[in-house]
Amino acid sequence: MEIPNPNIHMWQGNVACAEGAIAAGCRFFAGYPITPSTEIAEVLSQKLPAIGGNFIQMEDEIAAIGAVIGASLGGVKALTATSGPGFSLKQENIGFAVMAEVPCVIVNVQRGGPSTGLPTHSAQGDVMQARWGTHGDHPIIVLSPSSVRETYDMTIRAFNLAEKYRIPVVLLSDETVAHLTEKITIPDPASIEIIDRKKPYVSPEKYLPYQIDETDIPAMANFGEGFRYHVTGLAHDETGFPTNNPEKIKAQLERLNRKIQRNRNDIVEVETFETEDMEVLVIAFGATARSARRAVINARESGVKAGLLRMKTIWPFPDEEIEKIYKSVKKIVVPEMNLGQIAHEVEWATRREKPVVRVNKINGEPITPNEIYESIISQG
Amino acid sequence: MSFRYEVRLSGAGGQGLILVGKVLAEAAAIYDGLNATQSQSYGPEARGGASRSEVIISDGDIDYPKAENIDILLALTQEACDKYIDGLKDDGILLVDSQMVTNIPKGQYKVVALPIIQSAVERLGKFLVSNIIALGIITKLSGVVSESAVKHAIRARVPKGTEEININAFYTGIDLATHWLDEHGPL
Amino acid sequence: MDYLQYLRKDKMPHIWCDGCGHGIVLKSILRVIDKLGWDKNNIAMISGIGCSSRTPGYVDFNTLHTTHGRGLTFATGLKIARPDLHVIVVSGDGDATAIGGNHFIHAARRNIDISVIIYNNYIYGMTGGQVSPTTPGGKKASTTPYGNPDTPFDISRLAQAAGAAYVARSTAFHVGKMDRYIEQAFTKTGFSVVEVLTPCPTSYGRRNKEGRGVDMLMYQKQNSIGIEQAKGKTAEELKGKYITGVFVDKEQADYRQRYDEVIKKASKLNK
Repeated sequence: MEIPNPNIHMWQGNVACAEGAIAAGCRFFAGYPITPSTEIAEVLSQKLPAIGGNFIQMEDEIAAIGAVIGASLGGVKALTATSGPGFSLKQENIGFAVMAEVPCVIVNVQRGGPSTGLPTHSAQGDVMQARWGTHGDHPIIVLSPSSVRETYDMTIRAFNLAEKYRIPVVLLSDETVAHLTEKITIPDPASIEIIDRKKPYVSPEKYLPYQIDETDIPAMANFGEGFRYHVTGLAHDETGFPTNNPEKIKAQLERLNRKIQRNRNDIVEVETFETEDMEVLVIAFGATARSARRAVINARESGVKAGLLRMKTIWPFPDEEIEKIYKSVKKIVVPEMNLGQIAHEVEWATRREKPVVRVNKINGEPITPNEIYESIISQG
Repeated sequence: MSFRYEVRLSGAGGQGLILVGKVLAEAAAIYDGLNATQSQSYGPEARGGASRSEVIISDGDIDYPKAENIDILLALTQEACDKYIDGLKDDGILLVDSQMVTNIPKGQYKVVALPIIQSAVERLGKFLVSNIIALGIITKLSGVVSESAVKHAIRARVPKGTEEININAFYTGIDLATHWLDEHGPL
Repeated sequence: MDYLQYLRKDKMPHIWCDGCGHGIVLKSILRVIDKLGWDKNNIAMISGIGCSSRTPGYVDFNTLHTTHGRGLTFATGLKIARPDLHVIVVSGDGDATAIGGNHFIHAARRNIDISVIIYNNYIYGMTGGQVSPTTPGGKKASTTPYGNPDTPFDISRLAQAAGAAYVARSTAFHVGKMDRYIEQAFTKTGFSVVEVLTPCPTSYGRRNKEGRGVDMLMYQKQNSIGIEQAKGKTAEELKGKYITGVFVDKEQADYRQRYDEVIKKASKLNK
């Protein structure tokens, strides 16, 4: 028997999320209990006060995201976690965080929907809600983990991207990954890259909280640091105050969207597996990507050259990454625990040049490797 | 080629099968240096009576984390046995409590029926440790994890002050399985 | 005193109508801040949506104009993250007790060290005079053209019942009292509420034939009655009267003190 390594744990996905948040420097959590995300709150209610952080269970989901934005404006990295119905309730203030450019992380552990749906069962039906849940044209970053270790790493990355780009980042998990207990070897804290928001280097008199410069990402002063600026969800100019000037509104909203578009290569991450000589491309994410990987291995054993593109970033959509590899394949298989939200995007990204075969399941059960395998090897 | 060993633990809610799943997975992953996953079905469905916990053990990567080709199925109640037998391999092991599960579903699997709950009550005076007895039997029959790894995992997981009775329960299970193997020959 | 040192002069003129009481409330807030000698850098003023919620845009503090009814939630996060800041929330009757009603009672229950000034004008002024949770029964609004069928909230009593450490009500006319209450609220550790009854001649007064702003202020002057004097009077006798005064003023551990105990316990157990 090996001597146990203290960095090896058997953790649930939700525990890894909470631990990842702490490793990322998160010191504030506000939430509301909802299955299947509640363990994140429970772990942080124990751990945050032990390291001088703050945990608060708010009166509802809306209050939780509001408190998170308030804490972040005060300079503290902040997290909230929820699931489908709660994610719906948070949308208005997610829009506020986008508009006011307040870094924060929102975990949505997907469960079956619509409505109260299947509280204890898995789904991937919030792909489009994560992208467009809040009103108006807006950018967003959405990451989706497939394993416990990746939940840890991605939670850290979510904070880093939120701080770097001044934007709310959604960690789109699912019940399967969130409740899966799996072996994880946590990295040496010193090896973890932590990114903090860019601070202003000008005097308060000269500070423009929404200045348009060559980076498109304005420096962010925290409340109480002498800058005394204004933050609003109304359309505003570079000073942060509301404006009705069409030119200024246009300039700010274009910058808001551009700051993510122009950095999409830094944000978008995919993993490819056996794609070099493939004839069938499988595109999957989250828990489903685990089944897809097994299906690809099994297909190869049966003589069908299949490959997998696993999306780690869902939004911005990895269209360029798909573009690079799909030309030579005969068909594309898209398994997902919804009715085709990603398949639709894949069809767009590939201009419908290849048949896109959908493998969909919305009954709360994960998609099995065999269900994907059948679609890979089928001649139809 | 890596191996993949699938365990499904089923019974009634409250029988401690999720704990058994966690201990087994921790024994494999933390103490035996293998890979393991553990998952469970819970919620409204589990309150109806039957509940299950699944453990996958491998020396390679574990992609799909749910049991599909089960190597060993534990059933502590008839309802759980009927409900969760699907997926047990033809040459898999069906381990049942001999008093609770009297109607053995037809199939090619190897049936091991042992008085798990009765042993807990009679040998250890505690119905609650049936789950750890079952863990001992699974450890012996499966051979997929080492006894010492499971023992360490039990000590690390069970509430303080209950280590000894749980270790005794574990060895009661090993003992039951050993006798069964002596009597019936190797699986 | 010099009010201008606290105002963002370039944001003037403000959006408030002639005869609106909101500016009177703002001046009172600024007088108290000046008297207390607070550093502008350490003040955060937060609001939701509505006429009153435009106040933060005019003042030279750290200012945050949030979503409708949610000002208190942002304020809660900020105050917890930054206990060193004076956190003031300005809100209206609709913002605080309709869409934000749940946050209002829970902030009071938590007794978090935030002061809320509620500008209660019984109407949704900014959007053109729709009925609010404090519009008296029978009164007209753009959405109650036949008179309001609902009964109104008593905001101060609501705050009192929910557990606030300090609650007082003044009218916009009674400036001296308002200053005193706001000062007491600002210096209180815990959740403090000052409800100020303020005239909205444009959206409420006109529709209900209560005259112009000055007429509405004079009505306040003539129809206010102190809590003590109101005791023993019947509902009939108090009809149309404004009961003003300090409803609650108590010492109790605030959220920070209680959570610091949690931190102490957690640090000890996790050593």
